[in-house]
Amino acid sequence: MTEIYMPRLSDTMEEGVISSWVKNVGDKVTSGDVLVEIETDKAVMEYEAYEDGYLVKQAVSEGDTVPIGEVIGHLGDSPDAVPEESSSGGAAAPAEQEPAEGGGEQEPAAQEQEQQPAEQAPQQPAASGPDGEEGTRPRSSPLARRLAREYGVDIESISGSGPKGRIVRADIEAAAKQGQPQPETPATATAPQAAAPAASAGQEGYDDGRDSSELQVSNVRKVIARRLTQSKQEAPHFYLRRTIDAEPLKGFRSQINARLESAGTKVSFNDLIVKACATALRAHPEVNRSWVDEKLLQHGRVNVGVAVAVEAGLIVPVLHEADRMPLSEIAQRSRELAERAREGKLKPQEMSGGTFSVSNLGMYGMDSFSAVINPPEAAILAVGAMKQQPVVHEGEVVARNTMALELSVDHRAVDGAVGAAFLKDLAEVLENPMRIVV
Amino acid sequence: MSVITYRQALRDTLRAEMLRDDNVLLLGEEIGLFEGSYKITEGLLNEFGEQRVRDTPISEEGFVGAAVGTAMLGLRPVVELMTINFSLIAVDQIINHAAKVYGMFGGQTSVPMVIRTPGGGGQQLGATHSQNIELFYAFVPGLKVIAPSSPADAAAMLRAAIRDDDPVMLLENLGLYNSKGEVPDGDETVAEIGRAAVTREGSDITLIGYSRMAAMSLRVAEELAEQDVSVEVVDLRSLRPLDRQTVVDSVRKTGCAVIAEDDWLTYGIGAEIAASIQEGAFDYLDAPVRRVAMAEVPLPYAKPLENAALPSAESITTAVKETLSAVGKRVG
Repeated sequence: MTEIYMPRLSDTMEEGVISSWVKNVGDKVTSGDVLVEIETDKAVMEYEAYEDGYLVKQAVSEGDTVPIGEVIGHLGDSPDAVPEESSSGGAAAPAEQEPAEGGGEQEPAAQEQEQQPAEQAPQQPAASGPDGEEGTRPRSSPLARRLAREYGVDIESISGSGPKGRIVRADIEAAAKQGQPQPETPATATAPQAAAPAASAGQEGYDDGRDSSELQVSNVRKVIARRLTQSKQEAPHFYLRRTIDAEPLKGFRSQINARLESAGTKVSFNDLIVKACATALRAHPEVNRSWVDEKLLQHGRVNVGVAVAVEAGLIVPVLHEADRMPLSEIAQRSRELAERAREGKLKPQEMSGGTFSVSNLGMYGMDSFSAVINPPEAAILAVGAMKQQPVVHEGEVVARNTMALELSVDHRAVDGAVGAAFLKDLAEVLENPMRIVV
Repeated sequence: MSVITYRQALRDTLRAEMLRDDNVLLLGEEIGLFEGSYKITEGLLNEFGEQRVRDTPISEEGFVGAAVGTAMLGLRPVVELMTINFSLIAVDQIINHAAKVYGMFGGQTSVPMVIRTPGGGGQQLGATHSQNIELFYAFVPGLKVIAPSSPADAAAMLRAAIRDDDPVMLLENLGLYNSKGEVPDGDETVAEIGRAAVTREGSDITLIGYSRMAAMSLRVAEELAEQDVSVEVVDLRSLRPLDRQTVVDSVRKTGCAVIAEDDWLTYGIGAEIAASIQEGAFDYLDAPVRRVAMAEVPLPYAKPLENAALPSAESITTAVKETLSAVGKRVG
């Protein structure tokens, strides 16, 4: 009998959702067969069997979340093999237990528990966190942790009512019932993320006069929330705006697409912008940097991420070494990545390693907008719609296509003048699009 | 259905088993003419004669050894050790012979003997006569150690012990001999050795005990029920084999547990139960497992000190309430 564990499919993954079982119980499995599709914090990925056998148990149902390392299924030698209960206390005598250490200390410790059950008395939850330290796991009973997983309750957002703030079953059940983090007692200082819902929702959960209900939160949404909050909190954004004359770009694109028609591909404005950004970044390596952990990193490669809106949320597939790709390859590759992003099938490496991002809301008719930097990158370009505007061209007011660009820059890594020089150059590349390819 | 004492249940069962099987004989100090220090063998010498009810010298090693020998040759001796404290003199016969013969001689002969012996404090018998050292024997593979807490169980478990082909130590308790309970008339129930019992169902907390502590746990549960606390009581009944599954199943249901034991806390029976709980029910635990045991002292003779050292209904109740409070249920 082989146990199948929840694998680590990306660097930042802590838990995974069983998206769907590809193999059913009883199915024959050959090494390399896709067993199950797993939703990580970044994508839905296929997970393959490493050995032959039969899938005899699906330990986790579709839609359920389990941490890395948890058993999700069992492979057996025959279709009707029975998986062992892994935590059966009755079956096996605990013969393999290691002897307890420090025998001499057991007696006072035990007596203390017996006679001075101070730990048993309920106390107020600690002020800032379970131990007054950031980043430590909250105290919680094993039962509470299991129920939190089952109910999909975020245990970190709950305050415990047990001894030393331990989260116990009652806290999880209350949170699950209310569908939200538990209200804090007024006297207790709270972690910032827990304070807001508690303050606005009051004692009665979502019975708040707004007819609210809690929706299932996908991993993608959790990652968006965490990373963009981190970006806005840590990266001091500044914004540079420039409107370009898009007539040359428009003409250039028509010319290229006419040429590519026979090949069956098309180049979008966004592809041209991505390539222009890559070209400008190569010329301005001081923007191709990251401020990470008090260190300034200079990236040797120009990897441009392209924001794609999918049902689950925002995904940013990355065109690695975009400065070295011909335009036609950028067009083809970004179409392919966007498509797989929509299917949730990007591989982690296709979503990581970016050094700069482009976000384009032109298709929604936005004049311009300010984007949030995708950390640890130093800048993101927000692209507005191409629009006919009255402009002064060669001394006369005429109607011409324009496009508004706005660059959000992390001031820790890039200063205003440096960012401006980059945007100026980028605008000039786009206004003289021959520079994109030459 | 009759209400009889634990003592009566043992005595009636001994007699019935002697009537049923001529191979059953009794050995022990003062069990014949004196009819037993605790009168478990009352009337049996008269009824069955000196061949089957044998008064022995004060020589535990000798007559336990004799019982091992007669058992190997096919009889079914039931030894009475006046208290478990005196088993220490016979410990080599019990651990190195009774427990080992079957395995060391390739299964040529089993050792179908029973050692009945009371343990327990609370009778002002002093430190050497008040111990709960059943752990010594529960530790040893090859022995079976059972500990009834009610008259009905005393009867059914003694019946099982006599009919079992392995050496069985049946732990009685000085504090239980006069306790009363219902025993079905003409009952022939043979208890399954190695099976715990949920003697009261509940949902808030599991209270685990054996022998006197199992009986006391039931009383505690009844009292707490009046305060709307639903205590599930597990009577271990058998210390070896140990029925971990019943304990684990109960804790999986309630999420927390208190263990009541008459022995000393450190390395005690409760430590084994607590370890079994964390192995089998870790993900179901909502609070640390609590143990209530005897103070770690030789039991004092003076009554107030003796009472203070022994676990009581009050100390068990306190542990239950504190554990419940830790999982968010306030009591009283």
